[in-house]
Amino acid sequence: MKRSPLHERHLALDARMVEFAGWRMPIQYAGIAAEHRAVREKAGVFDISHMGEFEVRGAGACDWLNSMLTNDCSVLEKGEGQYTILLNEKGGVIDDLIAYRVDEERFFLVVNAAKIQEDREWLRAHGAADAELLDRSDEFGALAVQGPESARLWNEIAPGHPLPPRNGIRVGEDGSILCRTGYTGEDGFELFAPSDAIGEWFDRLLAAGAAPCGLGARDTLRLEKCYPLNGSDLNPERTPLEAGLGFCVKLDKTGGFVGDEALRAQKAAGPASRLRAIVLTGKAPPLRQGYEVLDEEGETVLGTLASGTLSPSLGKGIGMAYLPASSTPPGTPLSVSIRGKIYPAEVVKKPFL
Amino acid sequence: MKVPDHLHFTPSHEWVDPSNPDAVSMGISDHAQEELTDVVYLELPEVGRMVKKGEPIAVIESVKAANDIFAPVGGEIVEVNEALAEAPEPVNQDPYGDGWMVKIKLADPSEIDGLMNAESYREHLA
Repeated sequence: MKRSPLHERHLALDARMVEFAGWRMPIQYAGIAAEHRAVREKAGVFDISHMGEFEVRGAGACDWLNSMLTNDCSVLEKGEGQYTILLNEKGGVIDDLIAYRVDEERFFLVVNAAKIQEDREWLRAHGAADAELLDRSDEFGALAVQGPESARLWNEIAPGHPLPPRNGIRVGEDGSILCRTGYTGEDGFELFAPSDAIGEWFDRLLAAGAAPCGLGARDTLRLEKCYPLNGSDLNPERTPLEAGLGFCVKLDKTGGFVGDEALRAQKAAGPASRLRAIVLTGKAPPLRQGYEVLDEEGETVLGTLASGTLSPSLGKGIGMAYLPASSTPPGTPLSVSIRGKIYPAEVVKKPFL
Repeated sequence: MKVPDHLHFTPSHEWVDPSNPDAVSMGISDHAQEELTDVVYLELPEVGRMVKKGEPIAVIESVKAANDIFAPVGGEIVEVNEALAEAPEPVNQDPYGDGWMVKIKLADPSEIDGLMNAESYREHLA
């Protein structure tokens, strides 16, 4: 089991630790509800040292990445980033990631912890002579600072080093990397720094008032915004069109990309399934992955929940499930089976919040 | 970690107050509520149901997980704490008081003897 460079600090903060993607990580400190609220109202700091970091460089870096990823990285100016997806030949999702253009011929990719090895091997198996992929995941510790007060906190602990604009990246003289992104729907940034330097940043952020937050709140926060979680909402059998991520699929870009033919065919026919946002309409238990979603009468199973939780902000069970696209537009009444009982639910427009 | 002297406990961390055999109240221990973290939903049994010792009688849910609660003793469910179905916070805040869940009319009073007393439960937790 891998340990974050912040491991001892988590224990000192009395965090509850769990296994996640082969790492020992904090799931909560004060409690999921309190941490969730801290991020929505003020600022919280998450250890994301488990995330993977790749660097791609060379004269062909941009063209090669464009042939591997769904979004168009040729539109990125130096210092800009974009959400993008790595597909298999069938158009199924291997990983979702953020790609930043650090320099004309240099890109920084942030990938999911559980997919570091698979991404690296897939990318190298499709490598180009004029682009080099470096897996720098072991060099970095990382923090995500999220919430409306994030920028103020940063300016307080690092005066004179302003954050990059939204979706932007800035590489510091000390090798640390700042990205204005996150996974909560709030303003915030991610800081990647050498493993032996990340602890001090964590301490400074806590001292400045950021609440330490664990993976539990990270999940409730992202689900309220309908941000997909790879392995739950995304998998190799589902395409980004089914997942509702068409905004980052550029089928018309020059040269095409791995998986584009399958997506073109699916787009022409219209995807049969869509990842729908579902809310329980009455007083009911939290939704959970694996619960069956049925029609309003509770007679026909339409799908199973890919993700589910109790939304701390809304006080309701929320979840996402792949459902037949044509018969489940927002507003469709449904039901969810929980321990053999049927609870009324409804398809709603994304996001929940 | 609070373990009141007058209560009895199960290995699965339910507590029992045996002072009234016609309405033995039960809930979950301070240790259990801390392990579960913030309780967000509680599904309680119907009044009048007959239960056997060790049978699942309630479901308790935190944001992260759902767990069963087991009957610490057998008998008839004579009362449930309906207030918890609306607002389960007392399970965390006052597990031995307002966080009580169910009262059971004992079928076999000798079942109380099979439970741990406070001292044994403290050792069980150690």
